[in-house]
Amino acid sequence: MIPTIFFYLFSVILLASACMVITARNPVHSVLFLIVCFLNAAALFVMAGAEFLAMVLVIVYVGAVAVLFLFVVMMLDVDFIALREGFQRYMPLGLTVGMILMVEVGLTVGGFEYAGVGHGDHATVMLPGSTDASALGNLIYTHYAYVFELSGLLLLIAMIGAIVLTLVERTPPRRQDISRQHARSVAGTLTMVKAELGAGVTLPEPREREIV
Amino acid sequence: MILPAGLNAYLVVAALLLVIGIFGIFLNRKNVIVIMMSIELILLAANLNFVAFSGALHDMAGQVFTMFVLAVAAAEAAVGLAIVVVYFRNRGSIEVEDVTLMKG
Repeated sequence: MIPTIFFYLFSVILLASACMVITARNPVHSVLFLIVCFLNAAALFVMAGAEFLAMVLVIVYVGAVAVLFLFVVMMLDVDFIALREGFQRYMPLGLTVGMILMVEVGLTVGGFEYAGVGHGDHATVMLPGSTDASALGNLIYTHYAYVFELSGLLLLIAMIGAIVLTLVERTPPRRQDISRQHARSVAGTLTMVKAELGAGVTLPEPREREIV
Repeated sequence: MILPAGLNAYLVVAALLLVIGIFGIFLNRKNVIVIMMSIELILLAANLNFVAFSGALHDMAGQVFTMFVLAVAAAEAAVGLAIVVVYFRNRGSIEVEDVTLMKG
């Protein structure tokens, strides 16, 4: 009984904060409601028996992704009020599409029946007496090892991509280069010009323009 | 593991979350950051379904998939936000309707 009450409590908070994410005026508030969303989803994960994933959700999403969102929202100097101009205009279209989708999903879920697929003989079945984290670890390092490596590679590529995208090239500070200094000759850099009286000096083209 | 309110309750919550996410994309047509948050909501709905089925069917495959979805979503958020930052640096705005450079 009590788990059911808590399930509905977490679900209601999850859905309410999800609504606030998309309707909040201030994007910072949106991000904060997104954090509430993820925390409640983590609670629902715990109730479904996925403790490890719940902790991963809290650590990765609340700890990293939401903070990344918050960072970007606060870093960009955007007039967020101007971005909300089409809010009323898009409301009917969004409601229509949302309602249609809602009815479709409702029909699907309503007509859903568990077919009773036989299981118990393949690798991913839950064994009684093993914790969630150990069961998950046993699977991802054996049965799903290649996919696991691939997802690690994907994260590496995403990290490199994000760094390359946002890196600002700066001109490096000027450094002393001994070999270039020694390679310079007087003939290559110094020109003697005889100045005519009252005619000024016109410099010939220097043969070596670099400055060391 | 017995789900506290049955599998159907989880499915309904996930479906509502999916609809809210898609509604958010329509509602905030201009603000890329809120659109990306809506995409996160949609992915969270998918994860909720995976975990609920995993619990109901006593099968770990759903949780393994959820982990991979989380990894992909984190990568997507990082690259997407990097693109937003670069776009803002170049154009001084993040309005979706301003992205017309490749229209020809």
